[in-house]
Amino acid sequence: MTVEVRLPNILRPMAGGEPTVNAEGASLREVFDDLVRRYPALRSSLLTPDGEMHRHLNVFVNDDDVRYLGKLDAKVGDADTVTLMPAVAGG
Amino acid sequence: MAHYESVLDTIGNTPLVEISELSPNPRVRVLIKLEGVNPGGSVKDRAAKCMIEEAEKNGSLGPGQRILESSSGNTAAGLAMIARVKGYPFTVVVPENVSVERTKLLHAFGAEIISSPAAEGSNGAMRRAQALAKEHPDWFFSYQYGNPANPKAHYEGTGPEIWRDCPEVTHFVTGLGTAGTIIGVGRFLKERNPSVSIWAVQPPAGETVEGLKSLDEGFIPPVFTDNDGYELVDRSRIVGPRESIEWSRRLTEVGIFAGISTGAAMAGVAKCAKEIDEGTIVTVSPDGGWKYLSTDVWTGDLDTVAERARHELYF
Repeated sequence: MTVEVRLPNILRPMAGGEPTVNAEGASLREVFDDLVRRYPALRSSLLTPDGEMHRHLNVFVNDDDVRYLGKLDAKVGDADTVTLMPAVAGG
Repeated sequence: MAHYESVLDTIGNTPLVEISELSPNPRVRVLIKLEGVNPGGSVKDRAAKCMIEEAEKNGSLGPGQRILESSSGNTAAGLAMIARVKGYPFTVVVPENVSVERTKLLHAFGAEIISSPAAEGSNGAMRRAQALAKEHPDWFFSYQYGNPANPKAHYEGTGPEIWRDCPEVTHFVTGLGTAGTIIGVGRFLKERNPSVSIWAVQPPAGETVEGLKSLDEGFIPPVFTDNDGYELVDRSRIVGPRESIEWSRRLTEVGIFAGISTGAAMAGVAKCAKEIDEGTIVTVSPDGGWKYLSTDVWTGDLDTVAERARHELYF
Protein backbone atom coordinates (compact mmCIF):
# COMPACT_ATOMS: atom_id res chain seq x y z
CA MET A 1 0.00 0.00 0.00
CA THR A 2 1.24 3.44 -0.87
CA VAL A 3 0.44 6.33 1.43
CA GLU A 4 1.23 10.01 1.19
CA VAL A 5 3.19 11.33 4.14
CA ARG A 6 2.93 15.05 4.92
CA LEU A 7 5.96 16.47 6.68
CA PRO A 8 6.17 19.56 8.88
CA ASN A 9 8.76 22.22 8.01
CA ILE A 10 11.28 20.95 10.53
CA LEU A 11 11.40 17.43 9.05
CA ARG A 12 11.55 18.36 5.37
CA PRO A 13 15.33 18.91 5.22
CA MET A 14 15.76 15.28 6.33
CA ALA A 15 13.59 13.99 3.47
CA GLY A 16 14.83 15.78 0.37
CA GLY A 17 13.13 19.06 1.19
CA GLU A 18 9.71 18.03 -0.10
CA PRO A 19 6.49 18.76 1.84
CA THR A 20 5.10 15.32 1.00
CA VAL A 21 6.75 11.98 0.30
CA ASN A 22 5.36 8.53 -0.46
CA ALA A 23 5.89 5.43 1.64
CA GLU A 24 4.73 1.81 1.64
CA GLY A 25 3.11 -0.13 4.45
CA ALA A 26 -0.09 -1.58 5.88
CA SER A 27 0.54 -0.27 9.40
CA LEU A 28 2.14 2.90 10.71
CA ARG A 29 5.13 0.83 11.86
CA GLU A 30 5.69 -0.42 8.31
CA VAL A 31 5.27 3.11 6.91
CA PHE A 32 7.86 4.45 9.39
CA ASP A 33 10.24 1.57 8.58
CA ASP A 34 9.93 2.38 4.89
CA LEU A 35 10.44 6.10 5.53
CA VAL A 36 13.60 5.39 7.54
CA ARG A 37 14.84 3.12 4.74
CA ARG A 38 14.37 5.92 2.23
CA TYR A 39 15.44 8.80 4.50
CA PRO A 40 17.68 7.49 7.30
CA ALA A 41 18.03 11.02 8.76
CA LEU A 42 14.37 10.88 9.79
CA ARG A 43 14.83 7.99 12.19
CA SER A 44 15.53 9.91 15.39
CA SER A 45 12.58 12.23 14.71
CA LEU A 46 10.11 9.39 14.19
CA LEU A 47 11.19 6.83 16.76
CA THR A 48 12.91 6.62 20.12
CA PRO A 49 15.95 4.35 20.48
CA ASP A 50 13.51 1.75 21.86
CA GLY A 51 11.43 1.90 18.70
CA GLU A 52 8.50 3.80 20.23
CA MET A 53 6.91 6.90 18.71
CA HIS A 54 8.80 10.13 19.39
CA ARG A 55 7.17 11.87 22.34
CA HIS A 56 6.81 15.22 20.57
CA LEU A 57 5.57 13.83 17.26
CA ASN A 58 1.84 13.81 16.61
CA VAL A 59 0.88 11.41 13.83
CA PHE A 60 -2.47 11.37 12.10
CA VAL A 61 -3.82 8.80 9.65
CA ASN A 62 -6.02 11.03 7.54
CA ASP A 63 -7.15 13.30 10.39
CA ASP A 64 -7.14 10.75 13.21
CA ASP A 65 -4.46 10.80 15.94
CA VAL A 66 -2.80 7.37 16.02
CA ARG A 67 -2.13 7.56 19.75
CA TYR A 68 -5.77 6.54 20.16
CA LEU A 69 -5.74 4.01 17.31
CA GLY A 70 -3.01 1.63 18.45
CA LYS A 71 -0.02 3.95 17.88
CA LEU A 72 2.50 2.21 15.60
CA ASP A 73 0.04 -0.65 15.07
CA ALA A 74 -2.52 1.72 13.54
CA LYS A 75 -3.63 0.40 10.18
CA VAL A 76 -3.15 2.42 7.03
CA GLY A 77 -4.85 1.79 3.71
CA ASP A 78 -4.14 2.63 0.11
CA ALA A 79 -4.56 6.35 -0.63
CA ASP A 80 -4.50 7.22 3.08
CA THR A 81 -2.59 10.31 4.14
CA VAL A 82 -0.24 10.22 7.10
CA THR A 83 0.34 13.67 8.60
CA LEU A 84 3.25 14.33 10.94
CA MET A 85 2.99 17.35 13.25
CA PRO A 86 5.20 18.54 16.08
CA ALA A 87 3.51 18.88 19.47
CA VAL A 88 3.20 22.58 20.24
CA ALA A 89 1.49 24.69 22.86
CA GLY A 90 -1.74 26.63 22.44
CA GLY A 91 -3.69 29.02 24.63
CA MET B 1 -31.34 38.30 36.56
CA ALA B 2 -29.36 38.01 39.75
CA HIS B 3 -27.52 40.84 41.43
CA TYR B 4 -23.75 40.29 41.54
CA GLU B 5 -21.35 41.81 44.04
CA SER B 6 -18.48 41.74 41.54
CA VAL B 7 -18.02 41.11 37.85
CA LEU B 8 -15.81 38.18 38.86
CA ASP B 9 -18.92 36.44 40.22
CA THR B 10 -20.31 36.38 36.68
CA ILE B 11 -17.55 34.04 35.46
CA GLY B 12 -18.97 30.62 34.59
CA ASN B 13 -22.54 29.32 34.56
CA THR B 14 -22.58 29.92 30.82
CA PRO B 15 -25.50 28.95 28.57
CA LEU B 16 -25.64 25.55 26.87
CA VAL B 17 -27.48 25.98 23.57
CA GLU B 18 -28.97 23.29 21.34
CA ILE B 19 -27.80 23.66 17.73
CA SER B 20 -28.87 20.26 16.41
CA GLU B 21 -30.01 21.89 13.17
CA LEU B 22 -26.31 22.06 12.28
CA SER B 23 -25.74 18.35 13.00
CA PRO B 24 -24.81 16.36 9.89
CA ASN B 25 -26.54 13.33 11.44
CA PRO B 26 -30.28 13.63 12.28
CA ARG B 27 -29.89 11.07 15.11
CA VAL B 28 -27.15 13.10 16.78
CA ARG B 29 -27.98 16.15 18.89
CA VAL B 30 -25.40 18.91 19.27
CA LEU B 31 -25.20 21.38 22.15
CA ILE B 32 -22.66 24.15 22.49
CA LYS B 33 -21.56 25.93 25.66
CA LEU B 34 -21.09 29.62 24.97
CA GLU B 35 -18.02 30.71 26.93
CA GLY B 36 -17.75 34.03 25.10
CA VAL B 37 -20.30 35.46 27.54
CA ASN B 38 -17.73 35.44 30.34
CA PRO B 39 -16.77 39.01 31.32
CA GLY B 40 -13.22 38.76 29.90
CA GLY B 41 -14.73 37.31 26.73
CA SER B 42 -13.61 33.69 26.88
CA VAL B 43 -13.52 30.33 28.63
CA LYS B 44 -10.10 31.31 29.97
CA ASP B 45 -11.70 33.57 32.57
CA ARG B 46 -12.41 30.36 34.48
CA ALA B 47 -8.80 29.20 34.60
CA ALA B 48 -7.52 32.74 35.20
CA LYS B 49 -9.82 33.21 38.21
CA CYS B 50 -9.01 29.80 39.65
CA MET B 51 -5.23 30.24 39.19
CA ILE B 52 -5.29 33.63 40.93
CA GLU B 53 -7.57 32.53 43.78
CA GLU B 54 -5.62 29.32 44.43
CA ALA B 55 -2.40 31.35 44.53
CA GLU B 56 -3.96 33.82 46.96
CA LYS B 57 -5.04 30.91 49.16
CA ASN B 58 -1.67 29.16 49.22
CA GLY B 59 0.25 32.40 49.70
CA SER B 60 2.18 32.43 46.42
CA LEU B 61 0.35 35.65 45.40
CA GLY B 62 -0.01 38.60 47.74
CA PRO B 63 -1.05 42.27 47.57
CA GLY B 64 0.75 44.28 44.89
CA GLN B 65 2.67 41.30 43.54
CA ARG B 66 3.15 41.16 39.76
CA ILE B 67 1.49 38.34 37.82
CA LEU B 68 3.30 36.88 34.78
CA GLU B 69 1.91 34.64 32.02
CA SER B 70 2.39 33.78 28.36
CA SER B 71 -0.68 33.59 26.19
CA SER B 72 -1.87 33.97 22.64
CA GLY B 73 -4.71 36.08 23.97
CA ASN B 74 -7.59 34.63 25.93
CA THR B 75 -5.81 33.61 29.12
CA ALA B 76 -4.06 36.96 28.98
CA ALA B 77 -7.39 38.80 28.72
CA GLY B 78 -8.88 36.87 31.64
CA LEU B 79 -5.85 37.44 33.84
CA ALA B 80 -5.59 41.11 32.82
CA MET B 81 -9.23 41.71 33.72
CA ILE B 82 -9.03 39.94 37.08
CA ALA B 83 -5.64 41.47 37.92
CA ARG B 84 -7.10 44.90 37.24
CA VAL B 85 -10.09 44.26 39.50
CA LYS B 86 -7.91 42.87 42.28
CA GLY B 87 -5.13 45.44 41.92
CA TYR B 88 -2.26 43.25 40.75
CA PRO B 89 0.16 44.52 38.08
CA PHE B 90 0.27 42.06 35.15
CA THR B 91 2.90 41.28 32.54
CA VAL B 92 2.15 38.97 29.62
CA VAL B 93 4.29 37.59 26.81
CA VAL B 94 2.23 37.53 23.62
CA PRO B 95 3.35 36.27 20.19
CA GLU B 96 3.40 39.26 17.83
CA ASN B 97 1.20 37.52 15.22
CA VAL B 98 -2.07 37.66 17.13
CA SER B 99 -5.00 39.79 15.99
CA VAL B 100 -4.80 43.49 16.84
CA GLU B 101 -8.00 43.33 18.93
CA ARG B 102 -6.30 41.08 21.44
CA THR B 103 -3.40 43.41 22.19
CA LYS B 104 -5.77 46.39 22.33
CA LEU B 105 -7.98 44.54 24.82
CA LEU B 106 -4.94 43.79 26.99
CA HIS B 107 -3.91 47.44 26.89
CA ALA B 108 -7.48 48.40 27.89
CA PHE B 109 -7.06 46.35 31.07
CA GLY B 110 -3.68 47.93 31.75
CA ALA B 111 -1.52 44.88 31.06
CA GLU B 112 2.15 45.21 30.23
CA ILE B 113 2.72 43.36 26.96
CA ILE B 114 6.02 41.83 25.92
CA SER B 115 5.97 40.69 22.29
CA SER B 116 7.67 37.47 21.27
CA PRO B 117 8.62 36.69 17.66
CA ALA B 118 5.85 35.36 15.40
CA ALA B 119 8.11 32.59 14.14
CA GLU B 120 8.47 31.18 17.65
CA GLY B 121 4.71 30.74 18.18
CA SER B 122 3.14 30.03 21.56
CA ASN B 123 6.12 27.85 22.52
CA GLY B 124 8.43 30.85 22.10
CA ALA B 125 6.18 33.06 24.21
CA MET B 126 6.15 30.41 26.93
CA ARG B 127 9.96 30.05 26.91
CA ARG B 128 10.32 33.82 27.27
CA ALA B 129 7.90 33.88 30.18
CA GLN B 130 9.82 31.05 31.84
CA ALA B 131 13.05 33.03 31.46
CA LEU B 132 11.37 36.15 32.91
CA ALA B 133 10.07 34.11 35.84
CA LYS B 134 13.65 33.05 36.62
CA GLU B 135 14.85 36.65 36.43
CA HIS B 136 12.03 37.84 38.69
CA PRO B 137 11.44 35.24 41.39
CA ASP B 138 9.32 37.79 43.27
CA TRP B 139 6.69 37.72 40.50
CA PHE B 140 3.85 35.15 40.46
CA PHE B 141 4.15 33.08 37.26
CA SER B 142 0.73 31.50 36.79
CA TYR B 143 2.01 29.07 34.08
CA GLN B 144 -1.32 27.93 32.65
CA TYR B 145 0.24 24.90 30.90
CA GLY B 146 1.28 23.32 34.17
CA ASN B 147 -0.94 24.90 36.83
CA PRO B 148 -3.36 22.37 38.44
CA ALA B 149 -5.80 25.23 39.04
CA ASN B 150 -6.39 25.37 35.26
CA PRO B 151 -8.06 21.94 34.91
CA LYS B 152 -9.53 22.39 38.40
CA ALA B 153 -11.60 25.33 37.14
CA HIS B 154 -13.21 22.97 34.63
CA TYR B 155 -13.49 20.00 36.97
CA GLU B 156 -15.36 22.17 39.47
CA GLY B 157 -17.13 24.50 37.02
CA THR B 158 -17.54 23.65 33.35
CA GLY B 159 -17.88 19.89 33.90
CA PRO B 160 -20.59 20.03 36.61
CA GLU B 161 -22.48 22.68 34.60
CA ILE B 162 -22.55 20.41 31.52
CA TRP B 163 -23.66 17.43 33.63
CA ARG B 164 -26.38 19.54 35.29
CA ASP B 165 -27.68 20.89 31.97
CA CYS B 166 -27.24 17.79 29.80
CA PRO B 167 -26.83 14.51 31.73
CA GLU B 168 -27.68 12.63 28.51
CA VAL B 169 -24.33 13.67 27.00
CA THR B 170 -22.64 10.78 25.16
CA HIS B 171 -19.69 12.63 23.57
CA PHE B 172 -17.70 15.65 24.71
CA VAL B 173 -15.72 17.29 21.90
CA THR B 174 -13.32 20.14 22.61
CA GLY B 175 -10.22 21.86 21.33
CA LEU B 176 -6.79 21.14 22.74
CA GLY B 177 -4.65 24.09 23.84
CA THR B 178 -3.44 23.98 27.42
CA ALA B 179 -5.63 20.86 27.87
CA GLY B 180 -7.34 22.46 30.88
CA THR B 181 -10.86 22.09 29.48
CA ILE B 182 -10.52 18.53 28.22
CA ILE B 183 -8.83 17.27 31.40
CA GLY B 184 -11.18 18.99 33.84
CA VAL B 185 -14.46 18.38 32.00
CA GLY B 186 -13.40 14.97 30.67
CA ARG B 187 -12.49 13.67 34.11
CA PHE B 188 -15.69 14.99 35.69
CA LEU B 189 -17.95 13.50 33.00
CA LYS B 190 -16.16 10.12 33.02
CA GLU B 191 -16.53 9.93 36.80
CA ARG B 192 -20.28 10.46 36.42
CA ASN B 193 -20.65 8.21 33.37
CA PRO B 194 -17.59 6.21 32.24
CA SER B 195 -19.15 5.60 28.82
CA VAL B 196 -18.97 9.29 27.84
CA SER B 197 -16.49 9.53 24.98
CA ILE B 198 -13.95 12.34 25.12
CA TRP B 199 -12.78 13.72 21.77
CA ALA B 200 -9.96 16.22 21.33
CA VAL B 201 -9.82 18.56 18.37
CA GLN B 202 -6.35 19.67 17.38
CA PRO B 203 -6.69 23.14 15.98
CA PRO B 204 -4.92 24.30 12.87
CA ALA B 205 -1.44 25.31 13.99
CA GLY B 206 -0.23 27.29 11.01
CA GLU B 207 2.86 25.57 9.69
CA THR B 208 4.76 28.83 9.49
CA VAL B 209 4.10 29.54 13.15
CA GLU B 210 4.90 26.16 14.65
CA GLY B 211 7.99 27.82 16.02
CA LEU B 212 10.35 24.88 16.39
CA LYS B 213 13.92 24.28 15.38
CA SER B 214 13.72 20.59 16.15
CA LEU B 215 11.17 18.11 17.38
CA ASP B 216 12.91 18.07 20.74
CA GLU B 217 11.65 21.63 21.27
CA GLY B 218 8.09 20.32 21.01
CA PHE B 219 5.81 20.68 23.97
CA ILE B 220 3.00 18.72 25.57
CA PRO B 221 1.36 20.64 28.42
CA PRO B 222 2.06 19.10 31.85
CA VAL B 223 -1.67 19.69 32.50
CA PHE B 224 -2.24 16.91 29.92
CA THR B 225 0.51 14.48 30.85
CA ASP B 226 0.28 14.92 34.65
CA ASN B 227 -3.42 14.05 34.47
CA ASP B 228 -3.13 10.91 32.30
CA GLY B 229 -4.49 12.72 29.26
CA TYR B 230 -3.62 9.86 26.93
CA GLU B 231 -5.79 7.50 28.98
CA LEU B 232 -8.64 9.99 29.44
CA VAL B 233 -9.03 11.01 25.80
CA ASP B 234 -10.72 8.51 23.48
CA ARG B 235 -10.12 10.11 20.10
CA SER B 236 -8.24 13.06 18.70
CA ARG B 237 -8.78 14.62 15.28
CA ILE B 238 -7.04 17.42 13.43
CA VAL B 239 -9.06 20.04 11.63
CA GLY B 240 -7.77 22.47 9.04
CA PRO B 241 -8.03 26.25 8.90
CA ARG B 242 -10.46 26.14 5.97
CA GLU B 243 -13.06 23.88 7.64
CA SER B 244 -12.69 25.87 10.87
CA ILE B 245 -13.51 29.08 9.03
CA GLU B 246 -16.39 27.43 7.16
CA TRP B 247 -17.88 26.28 10.46
CA SER B 248 -17.37 29.73 12.03
CA ARG B 249 -19.50 31.06 9.16
CA ARG B 250 -22.14 28.31 9.47
CA LEU B 251 -22.58 29.08 13.17
CA THR B 252 -23.98 32.48 12.27
CA GLU B 253 -27.00 30.58 10.79
CA VAL B 254 -28.02 29.78 14.35
CA GLY B 255 -27.09 33.24 15.60
CA ILE B 256 -23.75 32.31 17.10
CA PHE B 257 -20.89 34.72 16.43
CA ALA B 258 -17.87 32.85 17.73
CA GLY B 259 -14.11 32.75 17.26
CA ILE B 260 -12.23 30.46 14.93
CA SER B 261 -11.44 27.94 17.65
CA THR B 262 -15.21 27.41 17.92
CA GLY B 263 -15.28 26.74 14.18
CA ALA B 264 -12.51 24.21 14.72
CA ALA B 265 -14.45 22.55 17.56
CA MET B 266 -17.55 22.36 15.34
CA ALA B 267 -15.52 20.79 12.53
CA GLY B 268 -14.56 18.13 15.10
CA VAL B 269 -18.19 17.78 16.20
CA ALA B 270 -19.22 17.19 12.57
CA LYS B 271 -16.62 14.42 12.21
CA CYS B 272 -17.87 12.82 15.43
CA ALA B 273 -21.54 13.11 14.44
CA LYS B 274 -20.88 11.48 11.06
CA GLU B 275 -19.08 8.57 12.68
CA ILE B 276 -21.50 7.64 15.44
CA ASP B 277 -24.96 6.19 14.93
CA GLU B 278 -26.76 8.30 17.51
CA GLY B 279 -25.99 10.33 20.58
CA THR B 280 -25.70 13.75 22.19
CA ILE B 281 -22.55 15.75 21.59
CA VAL B 282 -21.58 18.65 23.84
CA THR B 283 -18.88 21.04 22.73
CA VAL B 284 -17.42 24.31 23.99
CA SER B 285 -17.26 27.63 22.19
CA PRO B 286 -14.14 29.17 23.76
CA ASP B 287 -14.86 32.75 22.74
CA GLY B 288 -16.93 35.14 20.65
CA GLY B 289 -15.92 36.46 17.26
CA TRP B 290 -15.26 40.04 18.30
CA LYS B 291 -11.50 39.71 18.66
CA TYR B 292 -11.20 38.33 15.11
CA LEU B 293 -13.21 40.86 13.11
CA SER B 294 -10.03 42.35 11.66
CA THR B 295 -9.12 38.94 10.19
CA ASP B 296 -12.16 38.96 7.83
CA VAL B 297 -13.08 35.42 8.88
CA TRP B 298 -16.76 35.94 8.05
CA THR B 299 -16.56 38.38 5.17
CA GLY B 300 -13.32 37.74 3.30
CA ASP B 301 -12.73 35.43 0.35
CA LEU B 302 -12.50 31.91 1.84
CA ASP B 303 -9.24 30.98 0.10
CA THR B 304 -7.57 34.23 1.15
CA VAL B 305 -8.73 33.95 4.77
CA ALA B 306 -7.74 30.27 4.97
CA GLU B 307 -4.28 31.07 3.61
CA ARG B 308 -3.87 33.89 6.13
CA ALA B 309 -4.89 31.54 8.93
CA ARG B 310 -1.73 29.54 8.23
CA HIS B 311 0.32 32.52 9.42
CA GLU B 312 -1.70 33.75 12.39
CA LEU B 313 -2.22 32.39 15.84
CA TYR B 314 -5.84 31.87 16.72
CA PHE B 315 -5.46 29.80 19.86
